[in-house]
Amino acid sequence: MVRYVREFHDAAAARGLAAAIERITSRSVNLMEVCGTHTVAIFRHGISQLLPPPLSMLSGPGCPVCVTTNADIDKAIALAEQPKVTLATFGDMMKVPGSYQSLQQVKADGSEVRVVYSPRDAVCMAGDNPQRPVIFFAVGFETTAPTIAAALLEAEGLGLKNFYLISVHKLIPPAMRALLEAREVRIDGFICPGHVSVIIGSEPYQFIPQQYGVPCVITGFEPLDVLQGIDMLVRQIADGRAEVEIQYRRGVRPEGNPLARELVSRVFEESDADWRGLGCIPGSGLKLRPEYKRFDAEEAFAINPPPTKEHKGCLCGDILRGVKTPPECPLFGGTCTPERPVGPCMVSSEGTCAGWYQYGSR
Amino acid sequence: MCLAIPARVVQVEEGLGLVDVGGVVREASFMLLPDVQIGDYVLLHAGYALQRVDEAEAEETLRLLAEMAEAGRAEA
Repeated sequence: MVRYVREFHDAAAARGLAAAIERITSRSVNLMEVCGTHTVAIFRHGISQLLPPPLSMLSGPGCPVCVTTNADIDKAIALAEQPKVTLATFGDMMKVPGSYQSLQQVKADGSEVRVVYSPRDAVCMAGDNPQRPVIFFAVGFETTAPTIAAALLEAEGLGLKNFYLISVHKLIPPAMRALLEAREVRIDGFICPGHVSVIIGSEPYQFIPQQYGVPCVITGFEPLDVLQGIDMLVRQIADGRAEVEIQYRRGVRPEGNPLARELVSRVFEESDADWRGLGCIPGSGLKLRPEYKRFDAEEAFAINPPPTKEHKGCLCGDILRGVKTPPECPLFGGTCTPERPVGPCMVSSEGTCAGWYQYGSR
Repeated sequence: MCLAIPARVVQVEEGLGLVDVGGVVREASFMLLPDVQIGDYVLLHAGYALQRVDEAEAEETLRLLAEMAEAGRAEA
């Protein structure tokens, strides 16, 4: 295992942390992880089995694939179906069903849809084929947005005229506020996303303890990170404190990565955005600034996607808000499986439904 | 999707370079972290280094975890 990974997998330390968490937890506590990478880590390492019964882990909306709406996927599909274009995106987006089909189906039908590991790969594709428009379907949270901004600036620097974006970026703190405002579930503490925070730092979460009295711990993704993050949260709760603390100190500085944020704000501005399950959240999206509009795929191509429709019976929306668990969905494990997914929470490798399906339960 | 993995910088040239991820060498951009040095560990996401891994902070976290491991062994 890679350095800075293997050291955070020690079983004795996990037992020690689990025992400490059990000693401190005296009442029912609901902790929410808002990041899909945490959801996967909690499943994969069986962390819930180490926790005392009064402590529940709730999965929030934190997978960019899952919160992308059918309307946005339909838009990407309509763009992919334009003649003589290449649509590039991250692999996780391929199987997500829009209203009628997925990008994978559109690719099978003959459209040029390419999976890339990095947005730079899409820029290189555009550079190698100057006659062919390359549209990058840009999905992601604050972690990914700087990489897209950097790629776009690189395309601009290269003078590329055939590189375009569909920006469906989402921002995490406004979604956390929406969850707290909705008051559908009691949240006693947040496991804040480590890699989003590598970029944004700790300041953007301060309103959560200050206005809502809810403790936050920015947490890493190895099993001992997650357990230590939970330990720090239950200690705050036991002490009656509500603060933003950083467990993932080897990666997260309080000030984040200011250069990365500067590149994001050079290219993008905040906008309202529609989230699956959460609806429209003010200031929770990123759209291209007017001076970068020429990179906007929706401006460059006239598309007319069909009216959107939702999948009947699919509870992904409730699951993304932590209101329902996957077994409560009538489609879970029957009509909807990882092989034939109906909703995005079953498609995404970080989806809550995919996790429940693969690992049995929390 | 917000996965970022620790990778060791092995080559840097004008904002681009190579990193070693557990023995696999791949290309990386340092546009978001320009002042990297060879030998640094960085968090790599979608082909970009997002941040340097702070060795001193990692050691401090591991020291706290070692205390927990002592307690864990006593419980076992």
